[in-house]
Amino acid sequence: MAGIYRRIMSWVDERFGTGSVEEFLRHKTVPIHRHTIWYYLGGMTLFLFIIQVLTGILLLLYYRPTASDAFESVQFIMTQVQFGWLIRSIHSWSANLMIFLVFAHMFSVYFLKAYRKPRELTWVTGMLLMFVVLAFGFSGYLLPWNTLSFFATKVGTDMAGFVPFIGKWILIFLRGGKEVTGATLTRFFGFHVAVLPGLATLLLAMHLLLVQRLGMSTPPSVERAIEQGKEQRRSMPFFPNFLLRDIIGWYAALGVLGALAAIFPWELGIKANPFGSAPAGIRPEWYFLFMFQTFKYLPAKVLFLDSELLGLAVFSLAGAVWVIVPFLDYKAGFGKVTRFFTGLGIFALGYIVLMSALALRT
Amino acid sequence: METEQERDSSPPQPGRRWVSALLGAGVLASIASFLYPALRYVLPPRIAESTSSSVVAAKVGQLKDNTGIVFRFGSEPAILIHTPDGKYVAFTAVCTHLGCTVQYRSDLHEIWCPCHNGMYSLTGQNVSGPPPRPLAAYKVHVQGEDIVVSRSA
Amino acid sequence: MTRNTLLMIGVLMWALVPAGKARAADSCLTCHSALEGDFAKPAKLIEGDVHYQAGLVCADCHGGDPKDNSMSAMSPAKGFRGAPRKAQIPEFCGRCHSNPTYMRHYNPGLRTDQLSEYLTSVHGKRLKQGDTKVAACVDCHSVHNIQAVTDPRAPVYPANVANTCAKCHANAEYMKGYKIPTNQFALYEKSVHAAALAGGDTSAPTCTTCHGNHGATPPGVSSVANVCGTCHAFNEQLFDNSPHKAAFAAMGLPGCVQCHSNHEILKPTDALVGVGPKAICITCHSKGDPGYAGAAKIAGDIAKLQTFYLHANQILGTAERSGMEVSAARVELSSAHSDLLKARVTVHTFDPAQVQKITGEGVQIAQKSYQEGVAALHERDVRRKGLGLSLTFIVLVILGLIFKIRQMEAKKPPASPGSAERS
Repeated sequence: MAGIYRRIMSWVDERFGTGSVEEFLRHKTVPIHRHTIWYYLGGMTLFLFIIQVLTGILLLLYYRPTASDAFESVQFIMTQVQFGWLIRSIHSWSANLMIFLVFAHMFSVYFLKAYRKPRELTWVTGMLLMFVVLAFGFSGYLLPWNTLSFFATKVGTDMAGFVPFIGKWILIFLRGGKEVTGATLTRFFGFHVAVLPGLATLLLAMHLLLVQRLGMSTPPSVERAIEQGKEQRRSMPFFPNFLLRDIIGWYAALGVLGALAAIFPWELGIKANPFGSAPAGIRPEWYFLFMFQTFKYLPAKVLFLDSELLGLAVFSLAGAVWVIVPFLDYKAGFGKVTRFFTGLGIFALGYIVLMSALALRT
Repeated sequence: METEQERDSSPPQPGRRWVSALLGAGVLASIASFLYPALRYVLPPRIAESTSSSVVAAKVGQLKDNTGIVFRFGSEPAILIHTPDGKYVAFTAVCTHLGCTVQYRSDLHEIWCPCHNGMYSLTGQNVSGPPPRPLAAYKVHVQGEDIVVSRSA
Repeated sequence: MTRNTLLMIGVLMWALVPAGKARAADSCLTCHSALEGDFAKPAKLIEGDVHYQAGLVCADCHGGDPKDNSMSAMSPAKGFRGAPRKAQIPEFCGRCHSNPTYMRHYNPGLRTDQLSEYLTSVHGKRLKQGDTKVAACVDCHSVHNIQAVTDPRAPVYPANVANTCAKCHANAEYMKGYKIPTNQFALYEKSVHAAALAGGDTSAPTCTTCHGNHGATPPGVSSVANVCGTCHAFNEQLFDNSPHKAAFAAMGLPGCVQCHSNHEILKPTDALVGVGPKAICITCHSKGDPGYAGAAKIAGDIAKLQTFYLHANQILGTAERSGMEVSAARVELSSAHSDLLKARVTVHTFDPAQVQKITGEGVQIAQKSYQEGVAALHERDVRRKGLGLSLTFIVLVILGLIFKIRQMEAKKPPASPGSAERS
């Protein structure tokens, strides 16, 4: 057995150069210190992304992206297709877990200053990936075409209309018309299964390539402790030691997803009626709640600006700052921890948690 | 999962072999338990496609003139009527008053709800008795031998 | 019902007669707008009046000559009739409204029997006896700003009728001396009919639906069932064929209202039937007579179906919340619900056998749906077992991996720097 395996591998190696990959893997290590646990978040997110791709492909076998059929086809998946309830529930649960993990991964990287030189581009691609993931969530939410998602999409896309000059154009582009209709659904479906996966794959490839090239970053605090001799530089081989640990996490995630899907199947709701009145308690998915809540608190007019425009401007600016944070906090590259940026991170995290909690409470 | 460490080691200890067996069996069994639902999912279900927006209510010739049948449409009953002048019409069979299932009265040429004697005309309009609203109408097409009823939107 | 609809359509068409007819100078309006107080009122109000909008002018009702700009316009010689006294109002309006030939010009569909109806009403009869406190035309329809019955502002618009009647009938002070209650409006307000009307159903009954409008009078004992039966035809039919019809007539009891009350007609509940504390049957039937046993049987059968239905509904709900598909069972169960409603209507036959025939069918259906609910919950448990199996394998793998890592790292601690290079 082993002989055949070795012969096949060497055949492939001669033509493909897999030897270099093996060689690379053999040398790749992961630092060990008190923050090592955070290194697992990225891999976990990737794993859930793969689950999303697989279950998403399965859902495509039965889903129909039209206003008249979308709700019924999801209902069909949930009720008629064998294990359809499982696949769809896993897709929904995994999507939410993934978004949570994306946030956790982002904040852990932020606080450990892993974005500092030379990993600025890893951070930028990661942030872009996060926006793509949020877009996945926003577009996917509409696809079952139920009342809640319909009105949440209406409110969400309304926001785009407040962008100065080109807002109206963006709105019409997103909705495929002036209103949220079946055209919007088909469009969102296109974004969800073609445009976004394409973007995500490209960004993910860059992100992973950068991670492999640059290796794992050791946090400045640990770095300092090592320099001062308080701590020893330790590491474990990526393959198999770290990978096996990763797999433990992935298996656990599978178990959690299966349990959530079987015990709390994702609800389908009531079919959307574009001419019906909005039900009470319309709110977006939980990961947009902090923005939703902010808009609630803003006064109608601030100076000469509409509150929507103001909110939009602030969030866009904050997002942009977040993307280029490695370049602003360039001092972190010299191992210098700037209090301001740590504080900014705590503020952002606190703000998001607080606003989401306030929105959930009402 | 065979790694270099294992190949390095001289005769494998019993504990080691035991762990490998556990791991191998676990991986195989768990993968089987992941693949099983996926394979079952891929197999076409008993009803091959989502039929909630249209349904074959009857066959041509099954319904005589001036008769009606109640059939299941999605999660609600619906009624298909072959009118005295030979047309097919279909409505939801849920009375707009208290939700009883309506039926066709061939003696009156009207749709009748037995619960409180509500009457609807053959256009679905509520004409007498307690029903507050007309019955929602469905579209009817004849495709070959099938009488297909579909939702309008 | 149809009568009312026709009336409404008629009045609506009348209101739609082009209002913009060129108007000649009208000395009535010219002078009265310049006056003060009550003299000016009609001239202001008339703008919104349906008659004025149809092209009529003051003089068409009050006589006189609108072309004459002096006080002589209001001389009897010019046909001036002035304002009618209360007792004369019905005939004053009836001059046109009882004249089919005249009314046809404006609205061929409008009835012209209001005056003759009015004269048969309690209001009309009392007015003729010299009682000027009773309602005449303008008391309900208002004056000078009379609006069509289809106009939501009109006091006679269906949703406003009860309030219009209540202006006098709910006023204990005003009604003193008439020896009739003044709580009808308060009672009616609590009824299902008022709720339906408030809910926007303008065909729901209000005072005039049962008492008549122009011929308003309390329906007599003998005609109560007919009045209710105009809408509740099915119940009336069942009641008429029941043994209660003759029995009630013999005892001089009114039909429907005996059990359902008259103004405060509440949503009937199952508790009204049977031999329980709230049951109406026991006001006449006592233990030992066959009616008592029959009432108990009817109530028992309905309660049984209700229980079976609720149980089935509950288990299907549980199954749905667990993500199970039970829409087929739901469709079936809806016919058990139909049977429950049918059985409640069939109570009006007062025949236990007929009620049982319907509840029996319903119980069978409900039992079947319940079984389907049980099956769905079983399927849910199968799912959970499958999950358990899968979770067992997952735990197995996780344990295996933990052992593996331990073994691997016990042998070769990865903690040393550069361990990767040594492998």
